[in-house]
Amino acid sequence: MFRRIDAAVLQATDRKVRVTVDGTALECREGDSVAAALFAAGVLACRDTAVSGAARGPYCMMGICYDCLVRIDGRPNQQACMARVRDGMTVERQHGAREVAA
Amino acid sequence: MSIEIATTTCDLLVVGAGPAGLAAATEAAALGLSTVLIDEQPAPGGQIYRAISSTPVQNRAILGEDYWHGLSLLEPFARSGARHLPAATVWSVNTLDAQPGTEGDGDGDTDTDGRAAGFEVAYSVAHPGQDPQAALLHCRHIILATGAQERPFPIPGWTLPGVITAGAAQILLKTSGVVPEGRTVLAGGGPLLYLLAYQYLNAGVKLEAILETTDSAQWRKALPHAWGFLRSPYLGKGLKLLRAVRKAVPIVSGVTALEAIAGAGGQVAELRYQAAGQRHSMAIDQLLLHQGVVPNTNLSRAIGAEHVWNERQDCWEPMVDAWGATSMPHVSIAGDGAGIAGAVAAEHRGRIAAVHAAAALGRIGKATRDGKAASHQAALARATRGREFFEVLYRPLPQFRRPVGDTIVCRCEEATAEQVRHAARIGCQGPNQLKAFLRCGMGPCQGRLCGLTVTELIADEQQRHPRDVGYYRLRFPTKPVTLGEIATLPQTQASRDAVVRFKK
Repeated sequence: MFRRIDAAVLQATDRKVRVTVDGTALECREGDSVAAALFAAGVLACRDTAVSGAARGPYCMMGICYDCLVRIDGRPNQQACMARVRDGMTVERQHGAREVAA
Repeated sequence: MSIEIATTTCDLLVVGAGPAGLAAATEAAALGLSTVLIDEQPAPGGQIYRAISSTPVQNRAILGEDYWHGLSLLEPFARSGARHLPAATVWSVNTLDAQPGTEGDGDGDTDTDGRAAGFEVAYSVAHPGQDPQAALLHCRHIILATGAQERPFPIPGWTLPGVITAGAAQILLKTSGVVPEGRTVLAGGGPLLYLLAYQYLNAGVKLEAILETTDSAQWRKALPHAWGFLRSPYLGKGLKLLRAVRKAVPIVSGVTALEAIAGAGGQVAELRYQAAGQRHSMAIDQLLLHQGVVPNTNLSRAIGAEHVWNERQDCWEPMVDAWGATSMPHVSIAGDGAGIAGAVAAEHRGRIAAVHAAAALGRIGKATRDGKAASHQAALARATRGREFFEVLYRPLPQFRRPVGDTIVCRCEEATAEQVRHAARIGCQGPNQLKAFLRCGMGPCQGRLCGLTVTELIADEQQRHPRDVGYYRLRFPTKPVTLGEIATLPQTQASRDAVVRFKK
């Protein structure tokens, strides 16, 4: 699990941003990456791989490993560590490879 | 459907806004070069000074003075006149052919060496809530300051949720004040591992243990290099930091094997390790891995610069001269991307590369260049003193660079060590043919997390030197882009003709 360090050492001027993660409302700090917000909320896995379906989560946090891919506002393959939270943003776990529409 | 962004024209493009890039852009602008700095992050700082202007961790004792030094780079850069394009990713660089009448930026200067007219660079800018927008930039000299990445650490279970790199954990701390809670273990070696432990101590974060993969034999090998280290600026700081960490955190030395095991929820729950010939197991909530940093070479390789194998650091690095110039005319590299030397060195390497760029573009003469570079060259020598000691001491053990069995090597395509080794045994010629065997290196990370391991595994199986095994051939786009993104590029009559020329 991860948490935010004590409020005393955090800037007092934090502005809150509200996003939805797989249907659950989540309050985060303005300036958080989506991945940081997920960690702070205790979410370690954010996708299932396209090859084996194994659960994965953010690994490098600097935009190189592509293990933090999520759906953001309906767009797949977004790097959670590179995207910043915005009010009203919808984040969904990415399940495996994209399927051909019926 | 989208706003067409006009093609930007400048003398110098700097890629990356860490210490090397910020210093290079600032220096170049001061020398009169029209300079653009493109960086992936929304604010300057790179990874070492990540979120320096926005971190919520305002108690300066937590991240430490070396981090806060990054602030000193921001104001001079902001005042320099260099243009900053944040949240932008460079994904293609092409050489422009010299064409009479179309060359240059119209300001009348001429290129002293009479080579190519410059470069056409494609990049994408992220816009919140929208698809990224691609744009072009024309420049005459490029300084890559794309820095370092953490070396792959392929142990069994390194792909499990809850296993992240120490660098990733530090980015969480810097950007959002997010820290681990519960049973946290740091494993591996290298200065960053202990720095992170120290920052966690300062922030009141409890660590279960540090598992050091550095053994006593490495201390003995490093000792002959200690003289440089004793005179280095790291010594005082390093000892203070190590003492504090060793006092507060249980340390297990000489760890020779590591394995992360998943719990019922699918995330990491147990760490098995071996030390002094004994097997151990402990329950954990997260594992932070680190075994040093290596140059980020994707862009420099795709541009076509020559790379060499660094024997002491077991990694590839671009071949550069003392000015940071690569084998490609008008492409320079500054900072850790040109070979690992640290943040302070990166600043000076950035300034040296900028002075060189001004000379290469004919803005200053060689005597002026040498005069302006002298103080930075002296400072660079001071900043790099003692690094051999670290390099030898923290050289990752072979078993952590050359995994076996079911350990995943290519995280994207989920190819294992044994699959790679098997392919090498049955005659796979090298990393590029391995793509045909296993799709290794063909996922979205483009080999960043498997490339070094693949080179070493093939070398291991075929008893060849990594230098002879080589590396993936990297091509643009160096980061995944969508077709939609490419379609937002400005179109010219020539680009339309290129695709319709066979039509009647």
